[in-house]
Amino acid sequence: MISAVLAVLRRDLRLALRQGADSLMVVAFFVITVSLFPFGVGPEQAVLERISAGVVWVTALLASMLSLDRLFQTDYEDGSLDLLTLTPTPTMAIVLGKVAAHWLTTGLPLIVASPLLAVLLAMRPEGYGVLVAAMALGTPSLSLVGSVGAALVLGARRGGVLLSLLVLPLYIPVLVFGVSAVDGAVMGLDYAPQLMIMGALLLAGLVLCPWAASAALKQAVE
Amino acid sequence: MITTAPLSATAPPATAHRFSGQGLVCIRGERIVFAQLDFALAPGEALLLLGPNGSGKSSLLRLMAGLLRPAAGALAWNDGPVRADPEGHHARVRYVGHTDTIKPVLTARENLAFWAKVCAADGETRADLDARVDAALGRLDLTRLADVPGRMLSAGQKRRLNLARLLAAPAPLWLMDEPTTALDKGSVATLEGIMAEHRAGGGMIALSTHLDVNLPAARVLNLDDFAVDPVTAYGLHDEPHPEDLSA
Repeated sequence: MISAVLAVLRRDLRLALRQGADSLMVVAFFVITVSLFPFGVGPEQAVLERISAGVVWVTALLASMLSLDRLFQTDYEDGSLDLLTLTPTPTMAIVLGKVAAHWLTTGLPLIVASPLLAVLLAMRPEGYGVLVAAMALGTPSLSLVGSVGAALVLGARRGGVLLSLLVLPLYIPVLVFGVSAVDGAVMGLDYAPQLMIMGALLLAGLVLCPWAASAALKQAVE
Repeated sequence: MITTAPLSATAPPATAHRFSGQGLVCIRGERIVFAQLDFALAPGEALLLLGPNGSGKSSLLRLMAGLLRPAAGALAWNDGPVRADPEGHHARVRYVGHTDTIKPVLTARENLAFWAKVCAADGETRADLDARVDAALGRLDLTRLADVPGRMLSAGQKRRLNLARLLAAPAPLWLMDEPTTALDKGSVATLEGIMAEHRAGGGMIALSTHLDVNLPAARVLNLDDFAVDPVTAYGLHDEPHPEDLSA
């Protein structure tokens, strides 16, 4: 079973690397959108510093969502999804492999880019480390929750719009605790509880999301 | 009247595998595609599904694979219900559908090796898998194309690569939906040879086709026999409720 999951992970990584534009586009979207804010709200340091954590997080949510439609869509279209649900490995495990590949190709680049963007938004240096830690705990949750939405909209017309309506409300807990952890660090308050809650969200997501997504996938291939 | 023609002429040996379905009803988009369908397959046997477009050949194959759930009736493997152990059923089924499931950016060998790997039983070594993948590519005359990316393959070559999956990841039951689509005459002959070997080794095949495929001594299942016309069958002008059919 583990070897099958690793095979799925390796295949999806290989597909993403050979079609490298997708991953690159997610990071480019992240960087460009964040850099629009100084133009929009003006270069005043105090304002940028106040909104920096929120801007980075909201943009990361949107960037992560942008790439969700390709999580199952191409497999659905070329029939691979039929065969993936027909392997001896439980579909939940296959979903986990695909989500891991999605996170490695989109979540990880976002984590790497986030401290640089924090500098651009004049975040206080105390926040950098916590921002990276919170992103490391939060972005896998985004990929997990997103996999449920991506599986549910398979076969729907205008799936991309529907996907955002389904998934964005579910991203709110990650956003709330992610921003408040960074704000806490910047203001010299305790930020461990927020990180722990994000860890708890991730653990709950690891259990529940593959289960929900595999149920949705089985519905989609019927 | 619903036709319930028992298909099994000879009972298979009690010890051997047996794949059967009883009283299967398939409903697609509120239309009853077929009802009260029975079939049975023993090792070495083949089931040829015939019928016009829309008579439910593909639906029946998807139902046998476990992709579709029957509205009524049940599938059994050695008289144990398939529904009780879906993963176990997946391990013994290979399904060839309309789509070729080939990733354009992976090479032919990478495409095939992936499916061999995800369908492999626990404990198979990498060398075993590689040897099987190479043998499957050779058998379907794809060795020359092993390092060509999927997007460069022709329709017939893609189909052959899809069929190579049957050899690279062996399983007792093959479900094939129009497997000869896009194949040339020589490839059809190769496929017939592969199917004959599979049956000789105790494998089972269920196959739908419009063209002539040489499947010696195959049982024929004509899906038209199981079609339901609600007006004549029940004197109803509305679609009958599925529960009425399973009763």
